[in-house]
Amino acid sequence: MRVPLSWLRDFTPVEAAPQDVARALSFLGLVVEGTEEVGPPWPGVVVARVLETRAHPAADRIQLVDVDAGNGEALQICCGAFNMKAGDLVPLATLGTVMPNGLEIARRKMRGEWSNGMLCSAPELGLGHEHAQKGIYILPPDLVAGSPLASALGLGADVVFDIEIGPNRPDCFSIAGVARDLAAAMRLPFSLPRPSPGAVVPEVAAADVRIDPAAQDLCRRFTGTVVENVGAAAVPPLVSHRLALAGMRAISGVVDASNYVMLELGQPNHPYDLDVLGGGGLVVRRAEPGEALVTLDGVARRLEPSDLVIADASGAPVGVAGIMGGSVAEMGPATATVLLEVANFDPLAVSATGKRLGLHTEARTRFERGVDIELALLAIERFVELLGPHVRRGPTTDVGRGAPVQPPLRLRPSRVNMLLGTELSGEECRALLAPLGFVSEADGEDAFSVRVPSWRPDCTREVDLVEEVARIHGYDRIPRRMPSRPVAATRLSAYQRSRRELRDALVGTGASEAWTNTFVATADMVATGLGPDVALELENPLDQSQSLLRTSLLPGLLRAVRFNRERQAGAIALFELGNVFCRAEAVPAAPGPVPGAGTIPGVQEWEQVALVVAGEGAGSQWVVRAFEVLRRSLQLDSLGLHRQDQDPSPGPGALVNTGAFHPGRVAAVIADSSPIGLVGQLAPEVASRYELNGPVGAFVVDLAPLLGARRPAPPALAVSRYPATDLDLAFVVDDGVQAQDLAKTLAGAAGDLLGGLALFDVWRGETLGAGRRSLAFRLRLRAGERTLTEADVSRVMAAVVQAAADGHGAVLRQA
Amino acid sequence: MNAIEQATAHGRDLISAASTLAELRAVEGEAFGKRSRLAAMTAELRGLGPEERRQRGQELQEARAVLEGLYSRRAEELSRSDALRRAQAERLDLTEEAWRFAGAGGPLAGVLEPPVPRGHLHLVTQVRQELEDIFVSMGFEVAEGPEVEDDWHNFEALNMPPHHPARGMFDTFYLKAGQSESVVLRTHTSPVQVRLMESRRPPIYAVAPGRCFRRDTPDATHLPVFHQLEALVVDEGISMSHLAGALDAFTDAFFGPGRRARLRPSFFPFTEPSAEFDVTCWVCGGDGCRTCSGSGWVELGGCGMVDPAVFEAVGVDPERYSGFAWGLGIDRLAAARTSLGDIRELLDNDIRFLTQF
Ligand SMILES: [Zn+2]
Repeated sequence: MRVPLSWLRDFTPVEAAPQDVARALSFLGLVVEGTEEVGPPWPGVVVARVLETRAHPAADRIQLVDVDAGNGEALQICCGAFNMKAGDLVPLATLGTVMPNGLEIARRKMRGEWSNGMLCSAPELGLGHEHAQKGIYILPPDLVAGSPLASALGLGADVVFDIEIGPNRPDCFSIAGVARDLAAAMRLPFSLPRPSPGAVVPEVAAADVRIDPAAQDLCRRFTGTVVENVGAAAVPPLVSHRLALAGMRAISGVVDASNYVMLELGQPNHPYDLDVLGGGGLVVRRAEPGEALVTLDGVARRLEPSDLVIADASGAPVGVAGIMGGSVAEMGPATATVLLEVANFDPLAVSATGKRLGLHTEARTRFERGVDIELALLAIERFVELLGPHVRRGPTTDVGRGAPVQPPLRLRPSRVNMLLGTELSGEECRALLAPLGFVSEADGEDAFSVRVPSWRPDCTREVDLVEEVARIHGYDRIPRRMPSRPVAATRLSAYQRSRRELRDALVGTGASEAWTNTFVATADMVATGLGPDVALELENPLDQSQSLLRTSLLPGLLRAVRFNRERQAGAIALFELGNVFCRAEAVPAAPGPVPGAGTIPGVQEWEQVALVVAGEGAGSQWVVRAFEVLRRSLQLDSLGLHRQDQDPSPGPGALVNTGAFHPGRVAAVIADSSPIGLVGQLAPEVASRYELNGPVGAFVVDLAPLLGARRPAPPALAVSRYPATDLDLAFVVDDGVQAQDLAKTLAGAAGDLLGGLALFDVWRGETLGAGRRSLAFRLRLRAGERTLTEADVSRVMAAVVQAAADGHGAVLRQA
Repeated sequence: MNAIEQATAHGRDLISAASTLAELRAVEGEAFGKRSRLAAMTAELRGLGPEERRQRGQELQEARAVLEGLYSRRAEELSRSDALRRAQAERLDLTEEAWRFAGAGGPLAGVLEPPVPRGHLHLVTQVRQELEDIFVSMGFEVAEGPEVEDDWHNFEALNMPPHHPARGMFDTFYLKAGQSESVVLRTHTSPVQVRLMESRRPPIYAVAPGRCFRRDTPDATHLPVFHQLEALVVDEGISMSHLAGALDAFTDAFFGPGRRARLRPSFFPFTEPSAEFDVTCWVCGGDGCRTCSGSGWVELGGCGMVDPAVFEAVGVDPERYSGFAWGLGIDRLAAARTSLGDIRELLDNDIRFLTQF
């Protein structure tokens, strides 16, 4: 909200420098987002006295006007208006003046006669396109010719604060409300305006305003006043000028007065042209089902019985209550008599209607936060006053008054001090609250009964009063101390520590960590070989490229890898840890342990780790090694790789991502005999869809079962001090036999003497036959307490050869 | 069998005889394409009378459609079996590599792999871990919660019942799950507060880092997907002065000594009193510069005393316990500390950017 400093000064005598005022406002929670210094309006426009009007010798649509611009000399102006006479004071835009519409005034000839400036109309000065005064703006007779127009009319430079008002402060959607807070913080007096409008004219009818009984729960108060002779009414220039500073255009006396009252007091109101209101009155009622109304913005609106409408006395709707008037009874230049509606509507009803209609208006903003029910009469009086002495007003009709009176709140200063950490006395608390309008009376020992002012519907509990005390006392005066809890050792959870170790292990492979968007497009999933139908869909995505929740980290990582490859990044490995999501029915239960996940109906959410490597040297071998690095660093002893097509009951990560991988170059990561992820090479068509050449390696593993495979801290094993013997054995097996299975068989057969096992050569050759290969293992044998004998070695060798033959049909290859 | 039926049978034979995709493509022309008998018969239509031409034209078209259907079904079959064949042909035993990979102390040790430069943790992770460490050292535990939330945890238990105007402060993403607008992407880490208090009794001293979502169009200072760190303390006798003190301690640890935290009144439905907190500008030390738009202070997040309505929602007695909470933006801290002008760079994952930190 834009708040001119001069307007604040109408309510409180604040003399502080603008930056200090801005600071004070910010420290009240009224955040000043900008401070704008504004010069006086109309630079270059002065008060001039008309000396003589003469006919233009060559034109009859314009006349020649001689004016005195203050120096006593006659200055000739060509003017297209004829409403001034000698002796009148008029605004003169002198040469060089730039008008509000951007026009620069220059000396020029019009049909052969010089014009040395321009006489201005009210609209040309920005005082309203439907200003009551037509033609040149005739100024009050007591001004001094030659003085700048602004200062002559009492307008000067100003400072405008742009203030962000939170939804909790309905009272501060008004200049008066802001001023009240400011006065309290700066310890200054504050007073509301006391309007002195003209007396009620007995001949003017009382307003006919009614609340339909079925709408009484939604309309708390409905008041109206008839004002006649508004066609000639104009608000003072100060009013139009302040509206402009506040960001509203001046239009006509009635509209300007209406807007000014809303901005100043926070009371939305609506003037209707009485002569076009059927039955000459207003009734507020619930809308009929399917009832339609064209609002002021020209849009036809469909209404429902939960909406409140303002209807005329004949029943025709003329406005959406508390949001926007209808176009039927709109004010126009011909309007002579208005019925001003000042009402108070239920915030939730206004909010719901406004939301459904998608209508954001100043009135809605205020009503949905709660307007002070006591403001109505003051607002009417202020409205009539602003229209000046020529209007005739009738008596005000006031119906409803149904708002519940808030019971007093109990405030315990001890509670204030407990919550704030202060040491304020009861008297201090009372004194801090008083300038905001809270009236406190002692209520027993150490407690007050506090009456909440009608403009603070946000204060309903003791704790709300505590905040008010804190605000006016000053947050910066609250002492600071650390919470003194009993000492307790804290650390990350085992899961969180493991997760960090996992990140560190991955970084050790040379891969870097990325974080990618949680949102993906259907096209991303299809490109990655993932089924989009298992993904959860957003109801209101930012755009269609972000309409699904990722079911896998792969699409995001692939995009990031492509982004880098397009920028000549060379070989690159990126990994990510993050949450992925699926429709609950599409995958087996998420493996946890995102706390609380699994309680949301229809949604599976779990944490995953994935890595993608592309470029020279990338491929399945690289990722298998990277996976081995993390397996060994974290001692994930029970994890193993296994050919994917033999696996029962895959976990969600393994299930969702199968389509992304090359079917012959993928292995499942097995924990507890169940696949928890996949390692291998991505399918060539997936890689090429991301414009990646050559093999692209990847793994994707569900995090919780991965970290759950950590070996518990083992007891230390004695390291043998005796020499070891290496036994190198090459076995010829079918391609269908996995190295992993053979190695496990060998290890089992070698028994306690095995100190280490590794594959050191894989060889294929014609002599072996097609579909067969030789796997050469080194078995390191040692005993803990003695030197090995040859008999030991031959025994182990015989055992492993037998086991390999029995288990896998492996044939020992003779060297 | 008429000519059309014969032509169709011929096409069918050709299609089913193809045993690879390449073979199939090679017979398309002869089966029902330009070189097919059907095509020849179509060309002959011109010589017929209008009625006969219409009749025969339709028969030819139907025959063609039958063959096209056969063709696409066969193509699908073959591409599946091609893929299988390729998978068979290109099959690798990935477990070989795992057993081949030497480790220190293993039987193949002695053959050193060449060292590689370490990769880098993402800047946001680094900042998050640093924050976690600071708060762990202050006696806080690190809690977590789901990114997809229900209305209760994200809004209602946080004193925002349905239709509460404060919900408008958050531009919320909704999921097509459950009832309309009942499942959300959490708009803040505050639901973790609710989950913590629901799951156990005070005292609670916890921080909760995590990813959050708001329907903001991305710009230099906003991402629709971002990271927050929530703090929650609930105990007997906790006051706003403890909140200010804890923020000071954190500010000191993260930005270095001499930095102060400053509280300004604000509004959040789940705290009362509520505040924004600023810290001394880390660029100019408070003198005023571009980073702090001359004020000497930089806004870091929102905080306040836990609203009694939140306590009531989770069954904690607000007369016995009090507490404070805050939320701050991890990405913004990361951007601030590195003088990063455009926060969107955090999401690009450009390796040249990642490896700077
Ligand atoms: Zn600075």
